[in-house]
Amino acid sequence: MSDRKPEGVSVQPADSQAEQHLQNGKVVENPWRRLRDFTDARIGLGRAGISLPTSEMLAFQLCHAQARDAVHFPLDVQALCDALSVLPGLPQTPALQLHSQAVDRVSYLQRPDLGRVLDDASREKIIALPSASAAAKSDLAIVIVDGLSSLAVQQNAVAFLSPLLALLQAEKDPWSLAPISVVEQGRVAVGDDIGELLNARAVLLLIGERPGLSSPDSLGLYLTWDAKPGLNDSARNCISNVRPAGLSYAEAARRVLYLLREARRLKLSGVKLKDRTQGDVIEHSGGKNFLVSE
Amino acid sequence: MSQTYRYILGSKTYQFHNLADLMAKATPQRSGDRLAGVIALSAEERAVAQMTLADVPLKTFLNEALVPYEQDEITRLIMDEHDAEAFAPIAHLTVGDFRNWLLSDHATPEVLRAVRWGITPEMAAAVSKIMRNQDLILVAKKCHVTTAFRNTIGLPGHLSTRLQPNHPTDDVNGIAASILDGLLYGNGDAVIGINPATDNVSQAIKLMQLMGEVIEKYEIPTQSCVLTHVTNTIECIEAGAPVDLVFQSIGGTEATNSSFGFNLNTLAEAQEAALSLKRGSVGDNVMYFETGQGSSLSANAHHGLDQQTCEARAYAVARKFKPLLVNTVVGFIGPEYLFDGKEITRAGLEDHFCGKLLGVPMGCDVCYTNHAEADQNDMDNLLTLLGVAGCSFVMGIPGSDDIMLNYQTTSFHDALYVRRVLGSRPAPEFEQWLTRMQIMRDADRHILNDALPEPFARSLKALPGGRA
Repeated sequence: MSDRKPEGVSVQPADSQAEQHLQNGKVVENPWRRLRDFTDARIGLGRAGISLPTSEMLAFQLCHAQARDAVHFPLDVQALCDALSVLPGLPQTPALQLHSQAVDRVSYLQRPDLGRVLDDASREKIIALPSASAAAKSDLAIVIVDGLSSLAVQQNAVAFLSPLLALLQAEKDPWSLAPISVVEQGRVAVGDDIGELLNARAVLLLIGERPGLSSPDSLGLYLTWDAKPGLNDSARNCISNVRPAGLSYAEAARRVLYLLREARRLKLSGVKLKDRTQGDVIEHSGGKNFLVSE
Repeated sequence: MSQTYRYILGSKTYQFHNLADLMAKATPQRSGDRLAGVIALSAEERAVAQMTLADVPLKTFLNEALVPYEQDEITRLIMDEHDAEAFAPIAHLTVGDFRNWLLSDHATPEVLRAVRWGITPEMAAAVSKIMRNQDLILVAKKCHVTTAFRNTIGLPGHLSTRLQPNHPTDDVNGIAASILDGLLYGNGDAVIGINPATDNVSQAIKLMQLMGEVIEKYEIPTQSCVLTHVTNTIECIEAGAPVDLVFQSIGGTEATNSSFGFNLNTLAEAQEAALSLKRGSVGDNVMYFETGQGSSLSANAHHGLDQQTCEARAYAVARKFKPLLVNTVVGFIGPEYLFDGKEITRAGLEDHFCGKLLGVPMGCDVCYTNHAEADQNDMDNLLTLLGVAGCSFVMGIPGSDDIMLNYQTTSFHDALYVRRVLGSRPAPEFEQWLTRMQIMRDADRHILNDALPEPFARSLKALPGGRA
């Protein structure tokens, strides 16, 4: 270190200099952060210069890490099947453990087509079932698929099925259930294979959705009437964002029951089956936003 | 008409069964071309395809349509509106010569502008396949494309941002909160553009009015857009809504656009309707398009072409309608089309280059999903590269997190970072507004005011429990 002071800089006591560095190097906070009452968007983060403050930068990375883990951690199939085996309202047959033609996550991510079809071993497993015959037609096959978030399935599948099965058991017109299936490396259309092989009138598929940064645990529900390979997505009804911080299990179960009844009545699913449990137009706390309300 | 291409390498003969096959095999590796089954089967085959492609005369692309003329209105648009006079200076070149010509000192911004309408999307795509990233950056930087509505976008040395205040239920205060955040971080000069949560006409009108009122009250020299289907926007205009820009996602084949529910006539009708409102103050570019590699394959409408060639053809659609902004949403589609940060980066630079070469006001949604092999560092890299290349605009969103579309794009902070390191500036009219509103304390050094500017403080105070 040189003893010479730069020109034009007054000599100050060390304490005062340190104080100035602290003061001027502080994070600038944003008073409008309280507008987070209106949105989950990451507003009012504050800034170090023009960059993200350390705490916000690290918080973001934690969220991204959780979303990445949700995609890449394999589903604990055994733990899921154990939980299903004691769930009231399911058939006695143990859960069918199935696999798509995508052999691993890398192939799953790059080849959606492989995730849509069962591998040969899985097909044979279903065909070998005594119940999978034309005589044993069932009303509904429930299919659980890892999809893009094992976390969503692990945390929410059983918790959602519990109220749904209770509702189904209380129905006047009973619902016969095919054996439940659990599919690894699967996409939505893999349910079409299973519905056809199990000879079920409808398939309800539970799948881990593409994880969002603030929602790594979102479970999606897809209902398909008369599922068979080659259907496209307009033949399905979807309920999204089932998770503790999103759509509640009870509400999701109520909406699924509505769709199931309507599907059975109309003998179809998809765009022609409207979910009238919620309005089409979104209404809010009245007219003007705060920026123009004065 | 279609010709087989051969290349003899030592004892091996490589054969490419037509021009589309040659283009696909010459494309730098990406997962979407693998998914489509058109990718080169080895690294050597790709390199050989690139050498073979370099020897193809540019004129070939005028004689050999990659999607049949009779079947596709975009092929007809490309062929019918090709400007032979503009093409004359490069008519004698091969694809390989064309790369040299573009990089040469002779190819100044003025010269590149003059040949623009002589270049077809397929020529641009072909030459991009044999260019390295630095070539794509260097030439794109020489292609100046300036457009205007209430401000001027694309001037050399400027980088604009789309303020994207999305909300999962279109809550008006939630949207306004994100708009405020963006404006106070100096973002929003390209457009304030909302992806609506519910896609219907009444919802779109509500959002247009919301943005229109904010722009009017604070006298912001920018424009608004609701990213709803073009036919919805036409209905909004008929209903008297304040439409600044008409939005549509577009693809590079007629079949792709059919799957999106529109054709060239629809776009012409929408452009005319928006022009009739005369809402622009400094220019009349009224269209906003979004594109992205992989959309044609996803719609099963790619005609066996590689995804980058399909993408470049979408720019023929774009430039026909004199857009204010064209945005390649590069990492949104997922890892089955662009697998990782490297593929996303390459695609972003290709799209920006091809767009600019063809005269399109190209911006980029530098983005990724959580199932792609990419992270914030990859986005930092692509953002910086595009900034260097003179990209017209990028997205700006609170903290990079789109809570409606569930993906990550560039943040308000990111835009200020790139402006600071590269010295690039917002649209001039908007920059003056930032200074006048005391949002920027020192525009030359990209320094924000630490205090909350008075007009915005008043609005905050008016809220229940409000304090500035």
